Amino acid sequence: MNIEHLVKMANQIEAFFKAQTNPDLAVDGIADHIKRFWDPRMRKQIKAHVAAGGAGLDAMTVEAIKRLG
Amino acid sequence: MLSKFDQDFGTPSVDSAKQVTLQIDGMSVTVPAGTSIMRAAAGAGVSVPKLCATDAIEPFGSCRLCLVEIEGRKGYPASCTTQCDEGMVVRTQTGKLADLRRGVMELYISDHPLDCLTCSANGNCELQDMAGVVGLREVRYGYEGANHTKAKKDESNPYFTYDPSKCIVCSRCVRACEEVQGTFALTIEGRGFDSRVAASQNEKFLDSECVSCGACVQACPTATLTEKSIIQFGQPERSVVTTCAYCGVGCSFRAEMQGNRVVRMVPNKNGQANHGHSCVKGRFAWGYATHKDRITKPMIREKISDAWREVSWDEALQYAAGKFKSIQAKYGRDSVGGITSSRCTNEETYLVQKLVRAVFGNNNVDTCARVCHSPTGYGLKTTLGESAGTQHFDSVEHADVIMVIGANPTDGHPVFASAMKRRLRGNDKGQRPGAKLIVVDPRVIDLVRTPHVQADYHLQLRPGTNVAVINALAHVVVTEGLVNEAFVKERCETAEFDKWREFVSRPYNSPEAMEPVTGVPAAKLREAARLYATGGNAAIYYGLGVTEHSQGSTMVIGIANLAMATGNIGRLGVGVNPLRGQNNVQGACDMGSFPHELPGYRHISDGKTRALFEQAWSVKLLDEPGLRIPNMFEASLDGSFRGLYVQGEDVLQSDPNTHHVQAALEALECLVVQDLFLNETAKYAHVFLPGSSFLEKNGTFTNAERRISPVRKVMPALAGKEDWEVTQALANAMGYPMNYKHPREIMAEIALLTPTFHGVSYEKLDKLGSIQWPCNEAHPIGTPVMHIDQFVRGKGKFVVTEYVPTDEKVTRKFPLLMTTGRILSQYNVGAQTRRTANVVWHPEDRVEIHPHDAEERGIKDGDWVGITSRAGETVLHATVTERVQPGVVYTTFHFPESGANVITTDNSDWATNCPEYKVTAVQLVRVSQPSEWQKQYKAFSERQADLLEQRVARQS
Ligand code: SF4
Ligand code: SF4
Ligand code: SF4
Ligand code: FES
Repeated sequence: MNIEHLVKMANQIEAFFKAQTNPDLAVDGIADHIKRFWDPRMRKQIKAHVAAGGAGLDAMTVEAIKRLG
Repeated sequence: MLSKFDQDFGTPSVDSAKQVTLQIDGMSVTVPAGTSIMRAAAGAGVSVPKLCATDAIEPFGSCRLCLVEIEGRKGYPASCTTQCDEGMVVRTQTGKLADLRRGVMELYISDHPLDCLTCSANGNCELQDMAGVVGLREVRYGYEGANHTKAKKDESNPYFTYDPSKCIVCSRCVRACEEVQGTFALTIEGRGFDSRVAASQNEKFLDSECVSCGACVQACPTATLTEKSIIQFGQPERSVVTTCAYCGVGCSFRAEMQGNRVVRMVPNKNGQANHGHSCVKGRFAWGYATHKDRITKPMIREKISDAWREVSWDEALQYAAGKFKSIQAKYGRDSVGGITSSRCTNEETYLVQKLVRAVFGNNNVDTCARVCHSPTGYGLKTTLGESAGTQHFDSVEHADVIMVIGANPTDGHPVFASAMKRRLRGNDKGQRPGAKLIVVDPRVIDLVRTPHVQADYHLQLRPGTNVAVINALAHVVVTEGLVNEAFVKERCETAEFDKWREFVSRPYNSPEAMEPVTGVPAAKLREAARLYATGGNAAIYYGLGVTEHSQGSTMVIGIANLAMATGNIGRLGVGVNPLRGQNNVQGACDMGSFPHELPGYRHISDGKTRALFEQAWSVKLLDEPGLRIPNMFEASLDGSFRGLYVQGEDVLQSDPNTHHVQAALEALECLVVQDLFLNETAKYAHVFLPGSSFLEKNGTFTNAERRISPVRKVMPALAGKEDWEVTQALANAMGYPMNYKHPREIMAEIALLTPTFHGVSYEKLDKLGSIQWPCNEAHPIGTPVMHIDQFVRGKGKFVVTEYVPTDEKVTRKFPLLMTTGRILSQYNVGAQTRRTANVVWHPEDRVEIHPHDAEERGIKDGDWVGITSRAGETVLHATVTERVQPGVVYTTFHFPESGANVITTDNSDWATNCPEYKVTAVQLVRVSQPSEWQKQYKAFSERQADLLEQRVARQS
């Protein structure tokens, strides 16, 4: 899948959860959202992208993707 | 004419707790106070002769045929306009009354042609019936004098004829247009003998304000206003109650039949969503079902450059099954998927998702609701706990303030719009003022100003700034002390509310701070917020203008927050109401069409629910979410997704960024399309399975108010199979046994496995007419209003909704914002309505542009203009209008050659991937010819039409 699209989608998710006050909860929110709505191949790809440096991803998103396990 | 399969009670029913008892022709009758004598009599089996009264409209008392005698009262009062009183003694049949009535009829008949035998109303004409009932035997005045029997017909409307020679000037049509439809297109012109019905300023019906809803045609007691189909075929001999297959209002209809032929569709008086009203689509635009373009034989081909080959059902299904299996063998279980349709029945949708989950063994199933209301599902589930609107339509009757956000009900949901307009006009007699109206929309939709309705506030925001507006509204509510503290304290999670309160109070969320972003004057926004919070029962109705944005889900949440903060939820007259586009959007979502959810909105990772389905279906289910439609396209392009089964959808035309979708479809190894027509998507298909129209199958649809209504088969399926049978056969061909004999058995399975449907069955539907889910042990006859004592999730949850501007920004290159919408006469991708006479109202999609922007670009009304966005380019004719604001252009998307989606981009809602149809940055220039894409697409379409034309017929 087009990694730029996945990066953009992930950052959009971050933009929503970032507004929820507690940053730790926000990271959980992002991770949970991705887990509940992204098909495994999308998650695999974004994880690989993070492993390769995570270019373009916002900080909380990177953290959240690391939490995906 | 009325349906002869329904009883007419003469005047509307009255809702009153007080009962009165009176005597009618010696019988004791008890009715609610305020009921007319005519209605009371009809209820007791006594028909009082009448002409100008019918129960869809208020009585008028003009024909003087319904006179009665009342003991102790002088004269002969009209029974239609006289209310029952306690102890009244009424006689409806006396010698004197008979004489009077004969006299009235004699006058009518002296100005009426006597061609009853060849008249289209013969067999269902109230004038004829009344002449019979009153025993009219001679007409003394003769026909030599002045009369109207030679008056000219108006045949301009494609569906009905106006023949003034037969008009008795009862004004039922005029009143139906006002009271039932709310368009006020008709008047009685002239006085006395010269008076006649006129559309607008004596225009032809087609050129007038008329929206062709047909309410007048239905109300007309004579052949004056008659369906052309009745003129062509004659009167029906049977009727079957079924449900409209167009929009999310879900109107109930009587299909009036001669054998297997529909002769007309008449809205069902007992229909709980529509109460006997309809729009032009449901009533008239059903001819597509027998259109010559219907494909009735299964077809296959190896490559999309091959001609089609007609084959048997068996061969087509084996072929498709073989392909799916070999793709899975080669590329893995997750390499195939399916798309269910919001136009198909609940049972059909349920089976497709079952096929994907149980037979394909993955969760790659999605529905076109992805591209319209998926944010509604996410937003309402998060805040309130259930992915559905909170009210029934009738609730609008009890609203004091109506806020319409990003919806255009008069075009998109016409019958509900009529109910809404009735409430906005208030009670004619002035006893009850109309509800106040707030419209939040970038465009001047009809509702902003329409006869006897005027929006109190029109917040004309810039496209893409919904969340900024809702936050500003909330800011006013919170900072001006308008929160319903008691409600919030009792019904909502306090900690979350406090967070939200702090968030919306921040100065940057104030109307003043947001004004430069939204373009909405702060003072006006403040007043609107105060009205919403303090004006009594306030109800929000919203549409795709809310959901189809990069912040669609956020906006839905914002709406729910606002409703909770003001306590406008959980009773009659309030609520949060998504207006669903297609007939079964709600149903498709309920049935587990989303890749992450099993039927009843239960996440696929929920082991307990999965176990339930695993046991019922005897398979192991995958616990991971599958691909959503846009993800399927992306996965197709990277080669990990290769086979797709599409039932009743046209993703190529309806989904954004056409270039991208084209490429994705082209990359598939096996595309199976099941549809009525060779739609745009099917041009890329390898297997075509003929579908069945709503007239050819049994099942149920669920409308925007969660109302499950029956769809009944009135004619045999043209291709021999109903859609659910096709899915079942495909499952069997893949080696998974399915043996349903009737959709009722599928519904029984749904009811068994879905708590909100536990109480639903075909037997109950037959008995009640329709059912609003939740229908279960706790709510045996369904639930009109939800969240009454507590929210479905327990406590309501406020969620912070930060405004994040979309990436789709105007630049020097793309200085205008394009937004999209729909129009009354056409439906969605138009596959159905384009194949009806509805094209007279909307023969093409046009782009609306403000005079200022048009002038700057040298564009005049009717010019070809090229529309360019970051995604592509297309060419449409321009309409120069002040309906749109400067800087904004607007178009509809009903015709494939328009390529509206060639210009829309990949941007989508953050939570659900619902595409951002409503905001695209574009530039417009005058051009002289269609775009490159349009030319290529035309060539491709012609090639595909040839391949269909050259199809190899099946030898049999
Ligand atoms: S068809 Fe509907 S809108 Fe047109 S005149 Fe009749 S009632 Fe009015
Ligand atoms: S057109 Fe029909 S409904 Fe209208 S006034 Fe004439 S007879 Fe009555
Ligand atoms: S299209 Fe909608 S409003 Fe019109 S008849 Fe059908 S369900 Fe009713
Ligand atoms: S029906 Fe009562 S006056 Fe015409």
